[in-house]
Amino acid sequence: MTKLTYTEKKDTRSGFGAGLLELGRTNDNVVGLCADLIGSLKMGDFQKEFPDRFFQVGIAEANMMGLAAGMTIGGKIPFTGTFANFSTGRVYDQIRQSIAYSEKNVKICASHAGLTLGEDGATHQILEDIGMMKMLPNMTVINPCDFNQTKAATIAIADHHGPVYLRFGRPAVPIFTPADQKFEIGKAIKMIEGADVTIFATGHLVWEAIEAEATLEAEGINAEVINIHTIKPLDVEAILESVGRTGCAVSAEEHQMNGGLGDSIAQTLSLHHPAPLEMVAVNDSFGESGTPAQLMTKYGIDAANIVKAAKKVVQRK
Amino acid sequence: MNEPNINELEKIASQVRRDIVRMVHAVNSGHPGGSLGCTDFLTALYFHVMNLKKPFSPDGIGEDLFFLSNGHISPVWYSILARSGYFDVPELATFRKLNSRLQGHPATEEGLPGIRIASGSLGQGLSAAIGAAQAKKLNNDDNTVYVLMGDGELDEGQVWEAAMYGAHHGIDNLIATVDYNGQQIDGPTDKVMSLLDLKAKWEAFGWQVIESQGNDMKEVIKALEHAKSLCGKGVPVVNLMRTEMGFGVDFMVGTHKWHGIAPNDEQLADALSQLEETLGDY
Repeated sequence: MTKLTYTEKKDTRSGFGAGLLELGRTNDNVVGLCADLIGSLKMGDFQKEFPDRFFQVGIAEANMMGLAAGMTIGGKIPFTGTFANFSTGRVYDQIRQSIAYSEKNVKICASHAGLTLGEDGATHQILEDIGMMKMLPNMTVINPCDFNQTKAATIAIADHHGPVYLRFGRPAVPIFTPADQKFEIGKAIKMIEGADVTIFATGHLVWEAIEAEATLEAEGINAEVINIHTIKPLDVEAILESVGRTGCAVSAEEHQMNGGLGDSIAQTLSLHHPAPLEMVAVNDSFGESGTPAQLMTKYGIDAANIVKAAKKVVQRK
Repeated sequence: MNEPNINELEKIASQVRRDIVRMVHAVNSGHPGGSLGCTDFLTALYFHVMNLKKPFSPDGIGEDLFFLSNGHISPVWYSILARSGYFDVPELATFRKLNSRLQGHPATEEGLPGIRIASGSLGQGLSAAIGAAQAKKLNNDDNTVYVLMGDGELDEGQVWEAAMYGAHHGIDNLIATVDYNGQQIDGPTDKVMSLLDLKAKWEAFGWQVIESQGNDMKEVIKALEHAKSLCGKGVPVVNLMRTEMGFGVDFMVGTHKWHGIAPNDEQLADALSQLEETLGDY
């Protein structure tokens, strides 16, 4: 495999905005809804080009979820946009009854997920959203890793009939996946091949895992890095294939340990192929104000913590 | 709209009321009070007012749509749907039983024709109905969306979020009706959570308000025709419909006590003796 590098950094939310704009041009049924965060969600270009298919709902997220559910009756494909906190916890019952249980073709698009929204602090730093969403029957949960992948995922979910939770973030992060890479829901992507340990990462943590791999390589540990952009449905086959070779794993995510990707990996391994696992995730705590980098370090979810976890798990084999 | 055959509609309503009390009695659970109170309204809607297409299509393009926000009054809706041909009447006997399409609260998962979204957790139906009305506008579909809510349900904040949206976005192809019976689970709405001047509230939210009587078939139809005449003016319409919970069964009338309990054998016999069997029991 060629060495993964980057020349540009961009926020994943801009990937969503770009994908939505492209969808607007190719699919007349796509409509956008936003709860007073058009700029933050990067929905302005879609709004400008398709004003008749864009709906400002004000600061009323519960209503936004219900409106979106209703718009599917008549064949529309609504994309709702607000922060991840207000896309999930604030409206869990609306999503549960009007969208998931009712099998509605709504795409819940959530920005500013996790610690990396930074200075706004814990009220906005949701770290429980993946857990809440993956527990809902009928719900697909996607957490892409960079601008290109977020754009591709945005476009791909329009063709998937059913509710989707698409999670992305605020800060500029490296663009390292190819712009022309097709997004396949539920299909994990091997970023780096390795033999000693598998690092399963999602979202912003994929780049951290790639950096960790280089450090591990220098210290004689040959790590495999797999991008789990779809947490549900989980690519069980890819997980078992990899751990079948490496014999141990690290999960890495910008989320609570309880209910996140690590939980799903642990469940998969316990059921099918028991193997040592270390989890890089926030350990049962809320975040706080700070820069994204400071917070990732303080809460133990940066590349250095992945390196530490990989060394530990290799010892447990 | 054609001239309504009031006599015919009242006969249907009588049979629907029989279905309601028999359904909840059979499983010793369910919500007869609100169901009986809204029987005349739903009969008028499905048998006279709405433009409906059969067989049922989930997308509802090219026809009027109905949303039941206060999903607990499922018995009346199920009876109406069966009696108007969406599914066979004997299936009413499966209400609330294991493996039934007639869930305690309306749902889409089992594929019961006539239902387009789940309801039961209150306060969500107006949003969904407005969304569907917005989709109709996008589709240049000039049919009307109807939604029924309970008055106790208006305690939910989401209803008022939706009300703000409806006025701001000029959702004028929608008629919302409030089952204004003054009762909720824990007692009269005045005791539990006062609605105060409900008409003024909706008007302040930018809606056209009509007030009507919901247990007189002529009045129900008159109100819906009036509501229809107010559509298309850029302003949403709400129909505050006074009903009596339990209407049609004397010992259930006007009290929250029959909100969510079923009659025993003796009470069932008493109720049925007050309701003429017009279309044949299932």
